[in-house]
Amino acid sequence: MRFTGMTLAAAVLAAGAAYAETAPDDVQFGEYGAVEASLTGQEGDPEKGREIFSTKSMGNCVSCHAVSVLEDVPFQGEVGPVLDGIGEYRTTEELRGIVANAKMTFEGTVMPAFYKTSGFIRPGDGYTGKAAEPPIEPILAAQDIEDLVAFLTTLKDE
Amino acid sequence: MKTRTMTVAAALFALSAPALTAGGADDDNLTINGNIEMTTKAEPAAHLDGALPEVISGWHFRSDETQELEMDDFDNPGMIFVDQAREAWNTAEGSEGKSCADCHNEPESMAGVRTVYPKWNEEAGEVRTIQMQMNDCRENRMGAEPWKYDASAAINMEALISSVSRGMPMDVATDGPAQETWEQGKEIYYTRYGKLELACASCHELNYGNYIRADHLSQGHTNGFPTYRLKNAKLNGQHSRFKGCVRDTRAETFSPGSPEFVALELYVASRGNGLSVEGPSVRN
Ligand code: HEC
Ligand code: HEC
Repeated sequence: MRFTGMTLAAAVLAAGAAYAETAPDDVQFGEYGAVEASLTGQEGDPEKGREIFSTKSMGNCVSCHAVSVLEDVPFQGEVGPVLDGIGEYRTTEELRGIVANAKMTFEGTVMPAFYKTSGFIRPGDGYTGKAAEPPIEPILAAQDIEDLVAFLTTLKDE
Repeated sequence: MKTRTMTVAAALFALSAPALTAGGADDDNLTINGNIEMTTKAEPAAHLDGALPEVISGWHFRSDETQELEMDDFDNPGMIFVDQAREAWNTAEGSEGKSCADCHNEPESMAGVRTVYPKWNEEAGEVRTIQMQMNDCRENRMGAEPWKYDASAAINMEALISSVSRGMPMDVATDGPAQETWEQGKEIYYTRYGKLELACASCHELNYGNYIRADHLSQGHTNGFPTYRLKNAKLNGQHSRFKGCVRDTRAETFSPGSPEFVALELYVASRGNGLSVEGPSVRN
């Protein structure tokens, strides 16, 4: 029983390794918070990124940021800046760093770190109010971050 | 490059402003039943040290329709529960066969009580909320079962006690023997909990007046509690509200009635010192 579990874990690990996924603790941030290398080595999917951006159980970015092209998404928040045109003035590397851990770019920002697993105070299990079971998972997976970055990159001025 | 982006951003902001920025606090005045004048904007207490330029009731951040419901007791659905509590006030319970009225006469004798709670209790050597004090009466003077924290029986009675102080300014003590608990509450207020790493201050100090999705963030004061929420059509306690807010940071919450929430209740109340007691208020 225990043996099977371990074999499975090893198999999953091996699969991850095939895509050379970077673990949250291993992400290398530049001096200003940018992340050079893709977290997965896989191209991001902007359509998926759009969904992650707008869905509460996923990124829920829209609770704080408004984006005009998301005209089907009601009640866009205003805690963070409007992200129209962000693909114009931020590089892919900067965007990856901001979405993975915005605190490396904006010190002390209220924007949550979406690809991080350590340093939390009373981390919960989603929105249940109960404690998270270790191991602590990041809010978004590595490929979700890449998908979001791909979506943000499409936000250019006409 | 930089100038260009900023111009674009400014233009977009101007475009979206009327829809999103329904404004921070509005300028309406709150009078209840045509005769209780409410202070809904006040000078910040010295201990806030500039953290808030003005202390503003959550009432100002709600829509005109929601605001109106609080202006007359016949429209305020929370008052139905206050009436239920008036009945409970006069009902004998427990092994001693006593009611609240047997010791305290009319509920109106409680005028002013809501303004100073949570408060240090010398005999018990602890800071107590109104609910803790009510349960002390139930257990030790009436021989009755304590009420569950924030459950309807307790919250309705807290609303009755609050209602007879409406219009009086909140004035909890932050010094003396209460100071240690107050400081603990302050630390909790500024701790960034959960996977979203948000503190009370992240939303209610740094972002009041902004929308977070469909919610118009207030300064998160407690003078309106218990609050009748249109969302769940009942009276809600402070600790339940705290719990909901902490849960929304994707954190492991504290429990209603816990020492952490008692301390937080004292600290948050002190941020709203000077605002009129509004409970039972109406919120969404
Ligand atoms: C709780 C609020 C909040 C959430 C949720 C949030 N952000 Fe942010 N975001 C901010 C704030 C505030 C800033 C501005 C940085 C600062 O100065 O603190 C920001 C900045 C940014 C920036 C940089 C903007 C610029 O002009 O350089 C990007 C890009 C961004 N956010 C993307 C996202 C994405 C993608 C998500 C979801 C995965 C997200 N944000 C979720 C609050 C938030
Ligand atoms: C992620 C954002 C967020 C965080 C963090 C947060 N709150 Fe809130 N809070 C809200 C929203 C949204 C509301 C409903 C709108 C309003 O009244 O501000 C609210 C409402 C309240 C209210 C009711 C105000 C009224 O007038 O009825 C209180 C009190 C409150 N919060 C206290 C707290 C405390 C204490 C903490 C920290 C333990 C906290 N909040 C953390 C978002 C937050």
